[in-house]
Amino acid sequence: MKAFTYERAHDAQAAARAAARPGAKFIAGGTNLLDLMKLEIETPTHLVDVQNLGFDKIEKTSSGGIRIGALVSNTDLAADERVRRDYSVLTRAIVAGASGQLRNKASTAGNLLQRTRCPYFYDTNMACNKRKPGSGCAAIGGYSRQLGIIGVSDKCIATFPGDMAVAMRVLDATVDTIDAKGQCRSIPIGDFHRLWGDHPEQDTVLAPGELITAVTLPRPIGGKHFYEKVRDRASYAYALVSVAAVIQPDGTGRVAFGGVAPKPWRVEAAEAVLPQGAAAVVERAFQGATPTEDNRFKLPLATRALASVIAQSKA
Amino acid sequence: MNDLNISRRGVLVGGVATATIATAPEVMAQPVRPAPAPAVPVSFKVNGKRRDLTLDTRTTLLDALREHLQLTGTKKGCDHGQCGACTVMVDGKRINSCLTLAVMHQGDEITTIEGLGTPDKLHPMQAAFVKHDGYQCGYCTPGQICSAVAVLDEIKRGVPSHVQADLMVAPQATNIEMRERMSGNICRCGAYSNIAEAMADVGGAKA
Repeated sequence: MKAFTYERAHDAQAAARAAARPGAKFIAGGTNLLDLMKLEIETPTHLVDVQNLGFDKIEKTSSGGIRIGALVSNTDLAADERVRRDYSVLTRAIVAGASGQLRNKASTAGNLLQRTRCPYFYDTNMACNKRKPGSGCAAIGGYSRQLGIIGVSDKCIATFPGDMAVAMRVLDATVDTIDAKGQCRSIPIGDFHRLWGDHPEQDTVLAPGELITAVTLPRPIGGKHFYEKVRDRASYAYALVSVAAVIQPDGTGRVAFGGVAPKPWRVEAAEAVLPQGAAAVVERAFQGATPTEDNRFKLPLATRALASVIAQSKA
Repeated sequence: MNDLNISRRGVLVGGVATATIATAPEVMAQPVRPAPAPAVPVSFKVNGKRRDLTLDTRTTLLDALREHLQLTGTKKGCDHGQCGACTVMVDGKRINSCLTLAVMHQGDEITTIEGLGTPDKLHPMQAAFVKHDGYQCGYCTPGQICSAVAVLDEIKRGVPSHVQADLMVAPQATNIEMRERMSGNICRCGAYSNIAEAMADVGGAKA
């Protein structure tokens, strides 16, 4: 691990200012960042610890939703009674990811900011445009079974690996931030993660030093909530394909897919055909998909995972 | 003696660097250049005893416990949060001590395997692991036991899991719940079924 200096921030704007300096980074739970620092994939020269900023509560909003502090642990978010009752797709998604130890430490904001688990990103001997811009992509033409099938580019075919964000996408969450100048903004979660394009080194739209303070969920939308995750092990594995869905009694609903793209993959026009069944939704949602020979199976797998959810919704 | 001098110098250099950053906003556009081995003080409680350390910022909680406090019960397996051998409890909650920096734990209360029981007075979970043969080589065992103790507490507190059928009904300590909740602790020897038996003996429900 490269040497770094460390400070514990006590004020959000001061933290944003400190982290806006080149080489500086925020640390909250640290479960992904320290893993990457040990491998020298991440090499910050200064860490700004944000755990004392008080963003550790889940509060009601005036519009009937909830505001989830950026530092609420994954465990505490999944266990919150309002979340289990009114937004259970979110609890289901969180407990489908990682391990109990990691969920206890990992934060809400950190979960959104976790980096891809593409094996070529992790192997510093391999070319990777995300790790080292301009070095190429060894995943293209390489072992790509777990990698992306849509929204990827000729520079990078990695996926966003998380589960929590896929559920937040169907719940129309917004990501609240503050920057070094004290400016606040709310970013719809659908706009938060970037498609790789020519700059796969940029995962999100956050500016340097911009600090996530909370994730806000609008008022509950009812319906039955599902998070169906298909993976190589029954527990503690990343999704090959996952489906987050909220389905209403009349068969309409919302659907987002995980494990397939640089971001939670939700296509509103595809949701509109949900009453016609899983195949119709997947055909529309994955129009223009560019799977490799290794990961072409994700298309029928997405259809089957969604079909399973629709069947459960009718049970 | 020589080692001591080097680490004292490290403390001074690290301390000066930190003070400079905190009091000089005009350096904002400059990249942060850390001192060669920034060392900072941190104090926390381990198994009820206060510990004051001055550590290289890179020191994980795991390395602080093993290398600085000689509490070698906690094991280093993968060092990347994948195996669970390093599991300890911080403020009552289990975490991977390899994926957290010691300096982030100012004021925290840490419980390691050494704090659960002693050879003369085993924690009930330790006794149950012995009784049910919940290990072979034993390397993952301290992490398994810390995790197992925390899992039963999580079930008691109503923390949900992936295998829970109804999220609004309190989870039960069934075999399938314990298997799911223990998935962050890998056992190369494959003692899983005996570990689940040991956990059932301490706090489990039928089936």
